[in-house]
Amino acid sequence: MLEKALEGSKKYWAWVFFLSALSAIGVYYYLQQFFYGLGITGLHRDVSWGLYIGQFTFLVGVAASAVMLVIPYYLHDFKKFGKIVILGEFLAISAVTMCILFIFVDMGQPMRITNVLLHPTPGSVMFWDSVVLMGYLVINALVGWVTLGADRKGMPPPQWIKPFIYLSIPWAISIHTVTAFLYSGVPGRHFWLTAVMAARFLASAFAGGPALLIILALIVRKLTKFDPGKEPIQALGRIVSYAMFANVFLLGLEFFTAFYSGIPGHQHPFVYLYAGLDGHAELVPLMWTSSIFAVISLTMLWVPAVRRNEGTLALACSMLFISLWIDKGFGLVIGGFVPNPFEEIHPYWPTMPEAFITLGVWAIGFLVLTFLYKIAVSVRERNIGIEIDH
Amino acid sequence: MSMDRRKFLKIAGISSILGFGASVASATHTIWQKGLYPPQVDKNKEALTAKRWAMVVDMSKFKTEEDVKKVVSACHQTHNVPDFRNPDDSVNRKDEIKWIWQASYERAFPGQDNKYMSEHMKEMPFFVLCNHCDNPPCVRVCPTKATFKLADGITMQDMHRCIGCRFCMAACPYGARSFNWRDPLPFIKNVNKTYPARTKGVVEKCTFCSERLSEGKIPACVEAAPQGGLLFGDMEDPNSEVRAIVSNKYTIRRKPDLGTGPAIYYLIGGGDHA
Repeated sequence: MLEKALEGSKKYWAWVFFLSALSAIGVYYYLQQFFYGLGITGLHRDVSWGLYIGQFTFLVGVAASAVMLVIPYYLHDFKKFGKIVILGEFLAISAVTMCILFIFVDMGQPMRITNVLLHPTPGSVMFWDSVVLMGYLVINALVGWVTLGADRKGMPPPQWIKPFIYLSIPWAISIHTVTAFLYSGVPGRHFWLTAVMAARFLASAFAGGPALLIILALIVRKLTKFDPGKEPIQALGRIVSYAMFANVFLLGLEFFTAFYSGIPGHQHPFVYLYAGLDGHAELVPLMWTSSIFAVISLTMLWVPAVRRNEGTLALACSMLFISLWIDKGFGLVIGGFVPNPFEEIHPYWPTMPEAFITLGVWAIGFLVLTFLYKIAVSVRERNIGIEIDH
Repeated sequence: MSMDRRKFLKIAGISSILGFGASVASATHTIWQKGLYPPQVDKNKEALTAKRWAMVVDMSKFKTEEDVKKVVSACHQTHNVPDFRNPDDSVNRKDEIKWIWQASYERAFPGQDNKYMSEHMKEMPFFVLCNHCDNPPCVRVCPTKATFKLADGITMQDMHRCIGCRFCMAACPYGARSFNWRDPLPFIKNVNKTYPARTKGVVEKCTFCSERLSEGKIPACVEAAPQGGLLFGDMEDPNSEVRAIVSNKYTIRRKPDLGTGPAIYYLIGGGDHA
C-alpha cells in the first residue's frame, strides 16, 4: 500500500515539499543544538523542562485520543465510525512519532538513549513512559495497517487482530496516565502534586485529540473524494464537548483547592501564570488566551445549532485546540518550575532555535500523517460505496 | 553428496541466523554479567567510612562573607565546577552550575519565615547543597540508575551513564542539581587533574566528596570552613560529633515534611558545642 503515498497531484507534492523544508530547518537547528548543547534553548537550572517536554505531553494526549473512536466503534458497535476510525489510528501513529522525537531532542546526551533499555529501571516513571509509548506505536501501526489492508481487498479484517484492537484501549489510557505520573509523582512541585493530574490529562486529551480529528476529517473531505460522513463528525463534536467540560471542571477544582486551602505554595504557580507574581507576568496573556478560548469554544459546542454547522464547529474546535495547546503544551510545564524550590521567580521563554526545532518536529509528524492519510484516502476512494463490516 | 541451490541457501540462511543469535546472546550475557557483578577492588585502608554520612552546619561560625566564599570556592575548585560569569562579574544564571552556595533563611526554608524575624536571622548565609536524602526523589525517578544511593548514605551519580533527561532536576525539591547546558571545559579556570570534568548534557551535584573520603580526607568544604562551621560525620555512630549535636541541640532541616529525609542539619545559635 506504501506506493499510494508516492503518487499524487501537484498540490500534494507542494505540501510534502513545504513540510520537508520545515523539517530540514528543524534538523539544521537541531544539529546546532547537538554540537553546542541544550544551552541553545531558553532553559536554565530553574526551568529545566520547557517547550519540548510540553509538546511531548500535549501530543501524548492527541495519540491517546484515538481511543475515543475505537471504543464506540469496536466496543459499542457504533458503525458510523467505521470510515474514520483509521484516521484516528493514523493520527495516533503520527502523534506518538512526534512524542518520541520531542523526547529525543530534549536529551542532553541523545547518543546514550539506549541506556534506558540497557539499564532498565522499573522504579522510574520515565522508563515506563518509554515502554508504553513504544508499545502504543507498535499496536496502532499493526492495527491500522492490517485493517486498512483488509479494506483494500474488500474483506473484513482477520480475527487475530481483534485482541490487539481491544488491547489498544487500556493501552491508550495508560500512555496518558503514565505521562501524568511524570509530573504528579514528584515532591516539592506544588503545581504538579495533584491527584487529578491524570484525570485532567485524559479529559484534555479526549477533547483536544478529537477536535483535531474533526478539523482533519473536514480537510480530507474538502481535498479528496473520500467523505468521512456528517454523522461521525457530529458524534465526535459531542465527545469533544463532554470531554472539554470535564477538563474545565477539573481545572476549576485545582483553583478551588489552591485558593480555599490558602496554602501559599499551592497558590503561587497559579498566581504567576494567571496574574503575575513579584513583577513577573510573562505568561499572563497566554494563559488568559487559553482560558478565554476554552470558555468560548465550550459555549459554542454547547449550542446545538452552532455545533451542527460544520463551519462554526471547525472554528470552535480550532479555538479549543489552541486553548489546550497553551494550557498543556506550555503552562503546565512552566507552572511546575516557577516559582523554583527557593520560591524565586526565574522566567523562561523559548529561543528561536528551540522554536524552529519544535516546528521541525511538528513538520515531520505532519509529513508522517500526510503519507498515512494519503494511503488511507486512496484505499477509501477506490472502495467508495462499499461498506465493510469490521 | 550433492546439494541443490535451494537446500544450500536454506542451510546457509539458518546457520547465519543462528550465528547472529549466538553473538547477540553472548553480548547481552556479558552486559548482564557486568551489571550484576561489578569489578571488585580492595578498599583503601585509610578510607573514611560510615553507616550514614551527615553534615551539621553551625550557622554561628560563619561571620564574614570571606568565610562563605572560601567554602564555595574550595568545593568548586576541587570538583572542576565551571564558573559562568557575565563580563560585569554577575552570575550568568542561564548556564550556572553549582554544588554548594548560600541562600537566605526565607529562600532555604520557604514558608518558615515570618515578618517579625530579626534582621540577623534574615541575612544569615545558609549553605545549601545536595541533602543526600534517605529517600531521594532524584534516585527514584532516574530512568537509567545514573544517580543512586551508596551504602554510606551518599547520593551518587554516574556522569557517563546520565542521558540528560533532567527528570532528577524536576524531582529534587531542593534545587540542588545543575545541568551542563554547554561544554563546561572552557569555563574551568584551574583544572584539577585528579578529578574528572564533565561533558555537556549531563546533570551533576555535590557528592559529599565521596572521592576524598575514599582517600581518607574530609570533604573539601568542611576543610575550608572556619573551625567547627561544617561538621561531617557518621549520624549512626552514637559517639560522633554530628550525632551529639543533633541529639542535644535544636537543629532544623530543609523541607523535612516531604519525606525525603535530608542529611544536612542546620544549627542556629549554637556556639558552645565543640
